[in-house]
Amino acid sequence: MSRIHGRQGLAGWLFMSPAIIGLGVFMVAPIALALWVSFRDWSGLTPLGASEPAGAANYADLLTDSSVVRGDFAKSLRNNLYYVLGVVPAQTFLAFLLALVVNARLLKGRTFFRTAFYFPSVTSSIAVAFIFIFLFSPTGVVNTVLSAVLPGKVDLVWLDDSDGLLHLLLRAVGVDAAPGALRGEFMDLSWWDWLSGPSVALSSVMILATWTTTGTFMLMFLAGLQNVPEELEEAASIDGASPRQRFFRITLPLLKPTLFLVLTLGIIGTWQVFDQVYAMTSGGPQKTTLTPAYLIYREGFQNSAMGRAAAIAFVVLVIILVFTGVQRLVLRKER
Amino acid sequence: MVFRRALRYGLLIAFAVVFIYPFLLSLGTSFKSRPEVATSSVSPWPRSFDLRAWTDVLVHSDFPLWTFNSIVVTVAATLGRVFIDSLAGYALARLNFRGRGVLFAGIISVLAVPPIVLTVPRFLVLKELSLLNSYTGLILPLAVDAMGIFLMRQFFVELPRELEEAARIDGASIFQAYWHVVLPLARPALLTLTILSFQGVWNEFLMPLIVVRASPSHWTLPFGLSTLGRGGAGGQSFDYPVMMAGSILTIIPVAIVFVIFQRYFVRSVASSGVKG
Repeated sequence: MSRIHGRQGLAGWLFMSPAIIGLGVFMVAPIALALWVSFRDWSGLTPLGASEPAGAANYADLLTDSSVVRGDFAKSLRNNLYYVLGVVPAQTFLAFLLALVVNARLLKGRTFFRTAFYFPSVTSSIAVAFIFIFLFSPTGVVNTVLSAVLPGKVDLVWLDDSDGLLHLLLRAVGVDAAPGALRGEFMDLSWWDWLSGPSVALSSVMILATWTTTGTFMLMFLAGLQNVPEELEEAASIDGASPRQRFFRITLPLLKPTLFLVLTLGIIGTWQVFDQVYAMTSGGPQKTTLTPAYLIYREGFQNSAMGRAAAIAFVVLVIILVFTGVQRLVLRKER
Repeated sequence: MVFRRALRYGLLIAFAVVFIYPFLLSLGTSFKSRPEVATSSVSPWPRSFDLRAWTDVLVHSDFPLWTFNSIVVTVAATLGRVFIDSLAGYALARLNFRGRGVLFAGIISVLAVPPIVLTVPRFLVLKELSLLNSYTGLILPLAVDAMGIFLMRQFFVELPRELEEAARIDGASIFQAYWHVVLPLARPALLTLTILSFQGVWNEFLMPLIVVRASPSHWTLPFGLSTLGRGGAGGQSFDYPVMMAGSILTIIPVAIVFVIFQRYFVRSVASSGVKG
């Protein structure tokens, strides 16, 4: 027996060494280095050693000192907040709905439907963004279909329309400017602008995001549904439970771990939206599709402010941790 | 009952159209002329087949070069992942050594770091190592992936021990048993890992953007694609047929792998869903 288990210590570390070196150099060391850089003034162009210490200035630029940068950071937070609040519930609901329908007994063509719904999830984000630029173009499919369905001609310039949805709604009932109470500012952005809702342009990106991710989450729900024992449902229906009761009392509680996972992955993913913004709108129009992820890129790689970009990254990390933490608390309380 | 079934199929077909039609439309659009696109943007059937966009993409752009670069990077990074992840996964699942628990916890916490947070840090490290604007700089960070280590570990944990123990009793070294007995048994897991890696690396956009943006001869498909057909600002002058041809070409390899190995994709998502 000792022959079998001998020398495992050496072998273990040898087997692990490529992973340890790789993760160390490209995951752990970078994070430590970036934390250091977030407290320095560095353009990214000069050698790192030549950078000047900056104290907490990079964080102050984002959070406490009044500046254009803080205004942009505020806009990016507002935009991404609406993005998360729109996309996460939409993709979770649609994924769950599709999973329930695809999971139905005696369904013909199950594999086909599952494949069709999942396919967008595996494709290139840039290719799909291009396809959606075309769909949302002024003479594109979306406007054409809406014109056919709605009274009157719809000719929205989706990707270049900075009007917020909540502002548009208020305009429809005659409120066109900020009431006195909302004239104040928070982080260089007026309360009225905080409450704009997602812009029309951002809504197009949100529709794209929902369209691409729903399939993946549907597969997770499907896997969860297959873990619901059939005997349990049969027993419940023999005991006289209605389909509605079976759904709310048996299926839904058993799917809670899956729901938890889908929400967590959804929140983590939506706070990092970048590729689609880069390809579709570059943060515009009027900065209404600016997201923290895009701001990291803009500040670090276009405006040569690497220290600030690193600081944004750590703020985003904290936001993601807070959001997933809150979601965990809420779901646990319900249990 | 009949009504409910009709409703169910109606819903499924409607969603299938929503998910598939955009791809068919972009395929059709790539064969249209620009004037035709301006007047007809809904029908996937081109009135007359116009190959202009395809020759623009395949002959008059660097698309072939980007494809070559993508193949190089995808193959190299995937080989790296399979090698690193299977070794590490095996060690974490099977070998008893001091520090194993700490290493596993470390890998789980690395797994939780959102990729966007790594944008600046990775640039820093690659710059310090003078690996910017090179294949190596593109490949190495993509070859390291904590998710794959986790997947392989889960697989090896569930694999029966008898065969490799028999091999060890017959005098095989740890590495021989791993190489000749364990790896052949791990084929399904290795295939899953390969497919996931192929799909992930092929579609990767952020890394080429940070690492090789300044060196067009190193651009991969998604980054090259992002520069296609965008004459001028404002969005009015997009060359849609070119953009659609490029998009379709970028999607096709993944689509083929997806259709052939569909169940591996489904299984990998499903297992991450169950084990969470």
